[in-house]
Amino acid sequence: MNVKKFVVGCFNDESVLFPAVKKVRTAGYKIHDVYTPYPVHGLDHAMGLRETSLHTAGFIYAITGTCTALGGISWILTSDWPLNFGGKPHFSLPAWIPIIFELTVLFSAVGMVLTFCYLCRLAPFLKKHHFHPRATDDYFVMAIECTAKTNVDDLKAFLQNAGAFEIDVQNAETGWWLGTYDKEQQLIKDSAVEIA
Amino acid sequence: MHLKYESQLREPLVYGDKNFHQVTEDICRPIEVKPSKLWYIGFFISVALLMFGVYSVYSEVVYGVGQWNLNKTVGWGWDITNFVWWVGIGHAGTLISAILLLFRQGWRTGVNRAAEAMTIFAVMCAGQFPIWHMGRVWMAFFVMPYPNTRGPLWVNFNSPLLWDVFAISTYFTVSLLFWYSGLLPDFGTIRDRAKTKLRKKLYGIAAFSWTGSTKHWQRHEALSLVLAGLSTPLVLSVHTIVSFDFATSVIPGWHTTIFPPYFVAGAIFSGFAMVQTLMVVLRKVYGLQDYITIGHIEAMNKVIVLTGSIVGCAYITELFMGWYSQNKYEAYTFLYSRGNLFSPYGWSYWGMMACNVISPQIFWFRKMRRNVFVTFFMSIIVNIGMWFERFVIIVTSLYRDYLPSSWSVYYSPTIFEIGFYMGTFGLFFTCFFLFSKYFPVIAIAEIKHVLKTSGESYKDAVGDIEVQKVEEFAHEYAH
Repeated sequence: MNVKKFVVGCFNDESVLFPAVKKVRTAGYKIHDVYTPYPVHGLDHAMGLRETSLHTAGFIYAITGTCTALGGISWILTSDWPLNFGGKPHFSLPAWIPIIFELTVLFSAVGMVLTFCYLCRLAPFLKKHHFHPRATDDYFVMAIECTAKTNVDDLKAFLQNAGAFEIDVQNAETGWWLGTYDKEQQLIKDSAVEIA
Repeated sequence: MHLKYESQLREPLVYGDKNFHQVTEDICRPIEVKPSKLWYIGFFISVALLMFGVYSVYSEVVYGVGQWNLNKTVGWGWDITNFVWWVGIGHAGTLISAILLLFRQGWRTGVNRAAEAMTIFAVMCAGQFPIWHMGRVWMAFFVMPYPNTRGPLWVNFNSPLLWDVFAISTYFTVSLLFWYSGLLPDFGTIRDRAKTKLRKKLYGIAAFSWTGSTKHWQRHEALSLVLAGLSTPLVLSVHTIVSFDFATSVIPGWHTTIFPPYFVAGAIFSGFAMVQTLMVVLRKVYGLQDYITIGHIEAMNKVIVLTGSIVGCAYITELFMGWYSQNKYEAYTFLYSRGNLFSPYGWSYWGMMACNVISPQIFWFRKMRRNVFVTFFMSIIVNIGMWFERFVIIVTSLYRDYLPSSWSVYYSPTIFEIGFYMGTFGLFFTCFFLFSKYFPVIAIAEIKHVLKTSGESYKDAVGDIEVQKVEEFAHEYAH
């Protein structure tokens, strides 16, 4: 994975962060990500992120659950091993509704959580680069990716102007790797990027 | 100036002069210091109770269900009473986290984490009873539908008992997922504060490498909302299905169409009572009075008085129908076996009435709703009452059959039935003590989310804005 250079600015309030995001974007810098201690509503739109499709995935999983339950039960009770329960019809849909509903919910919930973990690359024993340890406490941390043409000093001054109270430059990998947090991270140096 | 503001008329959700860092400090403190002596005492009592339960179950498995005082007439006794009781308690957590999320009730943030944990532990306890009641528990997997060498002989999908298997296991799974996905950001917070290597490692594993990225938060919000939307009908369906275990039978006292709403209301009633029992202690022991405020307690007491009254309404409807149906078996069950104080189990019916219907009416008074001692006392009373309710429904409907020749002698539990019940208390509190020591008992990220709009010190700043005219406000802030 490539090691990239980031200028990282920390903000301490939403009301400073929002105008800063706007300024940084209009100035043409590329925001890698903003790390916040809680979900800041509207920040995704301010950063120009598209809406998530997780709901759609959830709907598809739900329909899968409904079909599995309906298909499974009707096959079992009408074709594989039809049993006579007090003379009632073999295809007794009303009595199956509870299980069909439960499987709909189960498939949807399990599927969505797994999809969420997959999309966000969340799993035990994974490790990522954290730009600031207080991003999960009280700092709003904006990481701006530098290209070969970026003037780092200009960018730092720009962030300072936008209201960041702590600014530094970090070389980091953006992906994930296996590991635990008790050991210091080891970056895989990629010489090609350093030359550029 | 924060981007949103909330009127001062609304009670603050977080008291004191807090900033984000202070919130983290306050909630993480119990996890980062050594547990108190009281914690160890409580924990060891719980483990001892759990051991008693394990021994009782061991004796039941080795010597059979005959270790319990069940007989041919009273086939369900303490075991199913306790099952329904625990499942009912397990309803408040999801109600708080899901339904109140959909209704945008801000006060859920202070109590949802612990209430969800309580839900999960309560459902774990509930599950023990039907499983061990099977007797030959090594064949418990027969309740799952799978292609087998016995035909294949499938389970009966038309049976409420099987619906229960699906409902309870789905409910447990979904609650667990909901709870854990909410915990990820908070584990991230603890991981990033950790001083020791072991903590960094374990909380790092538990946090699934959470970073707090905006995209991740966006997906997380979507996930929570959809899970809430799924859990809301789920929580209603679970106790509905539990009530079907009784309502679809033809036993007088069970064969009742009002069971589903009546059971759901009862579940919320007992669940909130258990949440109150735990919260009143938790906020005191961990000094979290700023986060679990009197306002939170009052809100939950309002739910208790509402659902208690719904349950009371159901009791009276049942009595009325016992007379109005002019069915002598119904009348015998409702008006003699239950309503008559001097019938063998009349005491349990009137105990239930006193605990569930009469005493919660005290919460019509604001002073009582906001009194911590009254709340704690009442929460215990309500849970005793709700245990009586299940006992009344099960035992008073069963102990006198249609034929006097098959009437049972007075059913009372053996030490092993009591031990099993005590054991589930042990399981519940062992889990809860571990939870309160190693997990953030309040959702840190969610408190931060409401802090700037509903925190006491931030609301004070709103006073100046509230006296402004609309035009002035619009000119200054909403241009």
